[in-house]
Amino acid sequence: MTVAIEKPETTGPAAPEAPAREVRKVNRTTVVAGILVAWLVLFFVLRGKQTLTLATADLTDLHRWFNDVNDSVGANRNSNPLFLYFFNEIRLVIDNLVTFVQHLISQPPPGRPLPQIGWLGVVGIAGYVSWAVGNWRVALLAVAGFTFFGLQGLWQESMDTLALTISAVFVALLFAIPLGIWAGLSDRFNGIVTPFLDFMQTMPTFVYLAPLTLIFLIGPASATIATVIYAAPPAIRITAHAIRSVPETTAEAADSLGATRRQTLQKVLLPMSKRTVVMGVNQSIMAALAMVTIAALIDAPGLGKTVVQALQSLDVGTAFNAGLAIVVMAIVLDRVTTAASTREENARRSKNRFLKWRNPLLGAGAVVAAVLIYLSHTYVWAADFPGDGTVGSHIASAADSVTNWAQDNLSGLTNAIRDVITNVLLNPFQSLLTDSPWWLVGLVLVALAVVLGGWKAGVTTAVCVGLLVGTGVWSDAMTTTASTLVATVLVMVLGIVFGVWMGRSMLVDRLVRPTLDAAQVMPPFVYLVPFLALFGATRFTAIVAAVVYAAPVAIKIIADGVRAVPEATVEAATSAGSNTRQIITKVQLPMSRSALTLATNQGLIYVLSMVVVGGLVGAGALGYDVVAGFSQGELYGKGLAAGLAIVLLGVMFDRITQAAARRTGA
Amino acid sequence: MTPTQTEVAQRRGTPEESDGTPVISVRKLWKVFGPKADRVPDSEELCGLTRRELMDRTGCTAAVRDVSFDVAPGEVFVVMGLSGSGKSTLVRCLTRLIEPTAGEVVFEGQDIRQADDKRLRDLRRSKFSMVFQHFGLLPHRRVVDNVCFGLEIRGMGRAERTKRALEVVELVGLSGYENSYPDQLSGGMQQRVGLARALAGDPDVLFFDEPFSALDPLIRRDMQNEVIRLHHEVGKTMVFITHDLSEALKLGDRILIMRDGKMVQCGTGDELVGAPADDYVSEFVKDVPRGEVLTLRWIMRAPEDQDALDGPELGPDVIVREATRTVLAAHRPVKVVENGKLLGIVGDEEILSVVAGQEGGA
Repeated sequence: MTVAIEKPETTGPAAPEAPAREVRKVNRTTVVAGILVAWLVLFFVLRGKQTLTLATADLTDLHRWFNDVNDSVGANRNSNPLFLYFFNEIRLVIDNLVTFVQHLISQPPPGRPLPQIGWLGVVGIAGYVSWAVGNWRVALLAVAGFTFFGLQGLWQESMDTLALTISAVFVALLFAIPLGIWAGLSDRFNGIVTPFLDFMQTMPTFVYLAPLTLIFLIGPASATIATVIYAAPPAIRITAHAIRSVPETTAEAADSLGATRRQTLQKVLLPMSKRTVVMGVNQSIMAALAMVTIAALIDAPGLGKTVVQALQSLDVGTAFNAGLAIVVMAIVLDRVTTAASTREENARRSKNRFLKWRNPLLGAGAVVAAVLIYLSHTYVWAADFPGDGTVGSHIASAADSVTNWAQDNLSGLTNAIRDVITNVLLNPFQSLLTDSPWWLVGLVLVALAVVLGGWKAGVTTAVCVGLLVGTGVWSDAMTTTASTLVATVLVMVLGIVFGVWMGRSMLVDRLVRPTLDAAQVMPPFVYLVPFLALFGATRFTAIVAAVVYAAPVAIKIIADGVRAVPEATVEAATSAGSNTRQIITKVQLPMSRSALTLATNQGLIYVLSMVVVGGLVGAGALGYDVVAGFSQGELYGKGLAAGLAIVLLGVMFDRITQAAARRTGA
Repeated sequence: MTPTQTEVAQRRGTPEESDGTPVISVRKLWKVFGPKADRVPDSEELCGLTRRELMDRTGCTAAVRDVSFDVAPGEVFVVMGLSGSGKSTLVRCLTRLIEPTAGEVVFEGQDIRQADDKRLRDLRRSKFSMVFQHFGLLPHRRVVDNVCFGLEIRGMGRAERTKRALEVVELVGLSGYENSYPDQLSGGMQQRVGLARALAGDPDVLFFDEPFSALDPLIRRDMQNEVIRLHHEVGKTMVFITHDLSEALKLGDRILIMRDGKMVQCGTGDELVGAPADDYVSEFVKDVPRGEVLTLRWIMRAPEDQDALDGPELGPDVIVREATRTVLAAHRPVKVVENGKLLGIVGDEEILSVVAGQEGGA
């Protein structure tokens, strides 16, 4: 095997001539097929040996050690100087911030029956701020959305989620924007942070939680810190990108006029990147919202908690109601921040007709908002949302009846789909992975990594495999891998079908893209709810949710790749008499090969993070281990190990697919 | 190429220089990109390599190699070359937007390379300004605010700088567009904004980096005329980069031709056409209508015994096209006279060979 896989590497990196590449490609496919066949053969021979299975309640030494660490950290939290003067301080500051914001809008402060600002005040602020930074349309949307939370009977939960999101975004931006500017200005710093950011974004959201609880305890502080960690990278990245994409001539022009560095930054770079930076804030807020809901697993208050509790008791109606609130909040926050990023430009275009009215109107609006805040601070009717959330219970019962109807009437269809995919794809693949000896699977993974991604990817994979074995949850990791890979295959099928379709037709693109954009805005949790209704609590539910979660990214990347194929090439193929199928298979797909590998990479990572969330609805394996670790003390260590295993899987898949993408792109 | 260098050196002593010290004097300027770029200009051996060889040997690219020239006050000095010839790097080296590797750039008797950051900023704020190919305007500022940007940087008060900006906006013919944003203007108008911004600070020297390459031909012609008009009105020294020979001939008092970072020839338009330094230059100027560029100096011949010397008189710097009618109308050869001294004569034969054919002259 080793002889065969050496070949691609030698011809690999630089093979400028077309014939050479052709030869190499054939070779690589053959080698991959050879590896797979060898695996199958050995699988039948060695089936069931050295599979490293571990029963749900069993622990390894590592897990017990993690437990001990957890216990000792718990015991010494208030005596160890590192905790006393560093971690505890951080927790205290964050805790105070979160409590402060919570007392403002969601939780009653001591001595008051209700929060400082009641619903009327919050709705007023939401409307006013949306109008001030965006426009009156998003202001209406914000008012309607916030009122809807009240009608759903989820006012306090929504405000908790909002409070956590606001606190986390505030802290995240406090760090992220200066760091982003620095990374934008300095190549060296950019080089240092980029790998960190890559790594942070590759890791499934879930994974931050376990180690953080070790240090910061369970609760809002940990949740906020996890959210900060998750929400900062996009803002850093986008800010740096914004600074970097200011045209060189413009900065040079400022230079040539004798501007100092500070003047160039203040008068040229920052104003010109403002719009993009606001997009970064948008991304940061969306990431924070997604994370805050997931942080419900470590006892963060808010809508996420409602969803988690409902999911665990398979109460689809309640889960749907709360999920809907999350979606509404996501849409409101997204629209408002998007409007904020385009406002200035639009204002400039609109001939400045209302410009002189703007400031007086803003002032008047501020007065109105202040009056509403005062009212909601003083009077109960303006503080406590009236009604008892009947709309919410209607929504819940409607969702329940739809679920029942679906289960009664569609179960034939959904079960058929589920069974086909489970029996034809999932089960055989899963048993292939879990029933092979661990060293065989490891060998295959390393071999594939070398063939597809080169030696470096192979080494990374070998290290990851070794560490995976070390975590003691190898078997669960393989089960998760099976689900992940099956889901990724489905994502790629969807991605290619829709991506090619969108890439070829502007009309389809225009129709489908907004839906995809909207889907990407949703926190991943929300996807579980409808599929739980359709497919019940199984592995398959998690897979479908993951496919739906990951497909938009893959579709968009592939569509952009297909669109990027030069018009002239397609025209040349058409004029040579190709039919549509030939154009797609011989021109557009091969030429967007690097987009395909990138889509696979992103698809895998998205699927992985979702399959883990699927642990909540019966996906089992690593996801279950993590969730169980949060709730049961004696499984804490195993949960932590499972979290590590998820990171390792993520890193491994990411390195292999990225290396493969670089190769095909070269 | 060495003989060319010496020839260039001699030709640099053209009459323009004699009426005052040069504004900018460039001596043995080098710009090398790449690792340990410093060693290249110092090493006799590395200097001799071609670009490709240097790249293979050291991983360095020599964008500007041993360039020397003077720019006289009030002159329009054009640097011409194809893309990749190093002309844009050269002009950036003059104001140290790109740091030169070796050589001197003397401005007002001082080597700019020795200036510290503050001095350099002061020079850029008050003595130099530059017009860029892709304009480099600030999209978030109105035209007038773009124009006063340089003044703002200097710390001039708002009222004063706005007043000055409005004057310059008027000068470049943008009145009425003061409050527009750059992206609401056409390419030509955006470049007028760039021009106004450069003029606002009342600099001594204006640098143009292919300012009209991004514009379409008709607008380009307008803008060239605009520059000629401004040169007449404000009389600034200009260093103008272009890849377009006709633009160079139209605007330039003197033209420096660059190839692969080296200077090939430096001289007036008629010198380039009349006496190209090598095949590269003659290939360049092949399609130039010679009658439009050459002067009588280039086509006159020494009088011979049988020539009648009582024809009309013309100066040696009269362009051939303008002399054509006179020469053809006269029955005798035209005498080329400078300061009462007979330099030579021009007959129908000489005129026709230039106007009708392409051969002869060189």
